[in-house]
Amino acid sequence: MVFAIEVVIGGLLVGVMYSLVALGFVLIYKASGVFNFAQGDMTLLAALALVGFLTFLPLWLAILAVLVIMIALAFAIEAVVLRPLVARSPLALFMATIGLGFFLQGIGQGIWGTDPKGLHIGISDIPFDVRGLMISQFDLVGAVLSGGSVFALVWFFQKSRIGRALRAVSDDHEAALSVGIPLGRAWAITWAIAGAVALVAGVMWGTRLGVQFSLSLIALKALPVLILGGIDSIPGAIVAGLIVGASENLAEVFLGPYVGGGIQTFFPYLLALLVLWFKPYGMFGREIIERV
Amino acid sequence: MIIRGCPTQHEHYEEEFRSMIYRECGVFKATYQEDMAIFPIPLDRWGLTVILFVAFVMIPSLASEYWLSSILIPFLVFSLAALGLNFLTGYAGQLSIGHAAFMAVGAYTALILYGRYEVPLLLSLLGGGFVAAAVGSVFGIPSLRIKGFYLAVSTLAAQFIIEWVLTHWKWVSGGVFGTVDTPPMRIFGWPIDTPVKKYYLVLCFVVPLTIFGKNLVRGQLGRAWMAIRDMDVAAEIIGISLFRNKLLAFTVSSFYAGVAGGLITFTYYGAANIEAFNIMVSFHLLGMIIIGGMGSVLGSFFGGAFITLLPIFINQFARAFGAVLKTDLLACIDLIIFGGLIIFFLIVEPHGLARLWQTLKEKLRLWPFPY
Repeated sequence: MVFAIEVVIGGLLVGVMYSLVALGFVLIYKASGVFNFAQGDMTLLAALALVGFLTFLPLWLAILAVLVIMIALAFAIEAVVLRPLVARSPLALFMATIGLGFFLQGIGQGIWGTDPKGLHIGISDIPFDVRGLMISQFDLVGAVLSGGSVFALVWFFQKSRIGRALRAVSDDHEAALSVGIPLGRAWAITWAIAGAVALVAGVMWGTRLGVQFSLSLIALKALPVLILGGIDSIPGAIVAGLIVGASENLAEVFLGPYVGGGIQTFFPYLLALLVLWFKPYGMFGREIIERV
Repeated sequence: MIIRGCPTQHEHYEEEFRSMIYRECGVFKATYQEDMAIFPIPLDRWGLTVILFVAFVMIPSLASEYWLSSILIPFLVFSLAALGLNFLTGYAGQLSIGHAAFMAVGAYTALILYGRYEVPLLLSLLGGGFVAAAVGSVFGIPSLRIKGFYLAVSTLAAQFIIEWVLTHWKWVSGGVFGTVDTPPMRIFGWPIDTPVKKYYLVLCFVVPLTIFGKNLVRGQLGRAWMAIRDMDVAAEIIGISLFRNKLLAFTVSSFYAGVAGGLITFTYYGAANIEAFNIMVSFHLLGMIIIGGMGSVLGSFFGGAFITLLPIFINQFARAFGAVLKTDLLACIDLIIFGGLIIFFLIVEPHGLARLWQTLKEKLRLWPFPY
């Protein structure tokens, strides 16, 4: 029984970290209607850059430097990829982000190398003992950081002026343009925020798994979170992240031995498919009403 | 030699017209069959004959073994798989990023049928296609309710689930975790062991399937798919059954992927390994149809050729610049170029190389006039 609770709590904590990755997707989708398949590769790039800078800079300066790089990258992506494709279908933009993902992957690994690197930011992994339950300290810190980022983003979108402008852009590009919101700048800001989210996610997951190519595959684990919660819903990302994290762990531990193990790769997808059947736009996603 | 004076104005125009060799005027169609022909312009028909002659006669006799086995066979097989994906994504508009999994299903099925149950080779390959089609239609069921990116992510589920099933289901993987070697191929007792024979085997599958596919997309089913792609609500209103046609799109495209998977396992890899059909292969297939042209049969072949030849060009290019660039960058340069090219083609020519080819032909029809 205690073990089951431990599994659930461990799953929940991992789930919050999944939500963080999914949040990057949600942000970009909310503000520019683009499903950014390159989010995982942006995470990898941020982590690689951080490890590279940590060799000769202190931690806080390295994080700042990577942040600057991600913001510059966001402006570059907006100018080179998004602006020429502004009037095109969402499918074309999606495929452009797939290409962008490969490009960033290649650049990141080309500059900083493909061998796995360790990332140490000073958080130990010694488990806490809470009334008999073992909880990983690192997971806890990760969950707190992710939760904090989520709250900060929700506040930003709801209360700040720029956040309102971004929400307007996500609702209707043309209407936002007609009101005078600079579309290009709004997109660049969104991608920059998503880049910052990618940095936090990269730091967390990089410390957990080591900085290597498989970090970009974390995005593939965040996709079920995304479609379960709805592509354009921030609370959906959080809730779905918790559900996916917990259910993945539970399934692997309790169902896994019956079927040979390794089901945590696809179990979240099955769960998401099941929910999608009843709610085709995810649990909290906005339903698109099509008019002919 | 006919000696005559300065040509009259009329003769002068006729000479201009005679240099317009690629033209549709002067081609009179007397039957419905001629009217509906795939290649109405005679030069096109000649061109097709030449291509088939080159493919069936000249290449096997002139090409080296390296070209046949390492370039042409993968090109043909991956073009076939890309053609299948083109039916699903280019014609029917259902984005699918897990297509390599259906290739894997076809590969393993063909291997089991041929290796374990002694089914003749041709039937095994077709059987692989049919089983892949069945599996594909199961994963197409969500398309009834789910659309757009949600559907794309569910096709990713197909990739992971099939990968897991093929490695963990003992009956399929034969208890050996990973690779199962293909037994030597024989058709009616005639061994297929040289690259030339393997090339003919692949060609004899690719050519009929391409012709079938071309006619499929020009017919009722293809038009229904294109209607669904363009605006599915309107398509449903005019009576096109969305579910049936979407499911058929998944089925047909998975059939092509399954046959392609079986072919590549037997003729190129020599062994069935699930790693050969991982998610990167799915992305390569998607890249093939983006660069080659979505919604175009010829585009699948252009894209297949491009992606198959790209690593070779990069290799040569890298060797030329080897001294200048870092080794790490060289190793990753194919990723950079692949991604960059996808973005480039999406911005510059969204309908891919096939559209460029079509524009060229349109210009040729009017040549030497500009419009």
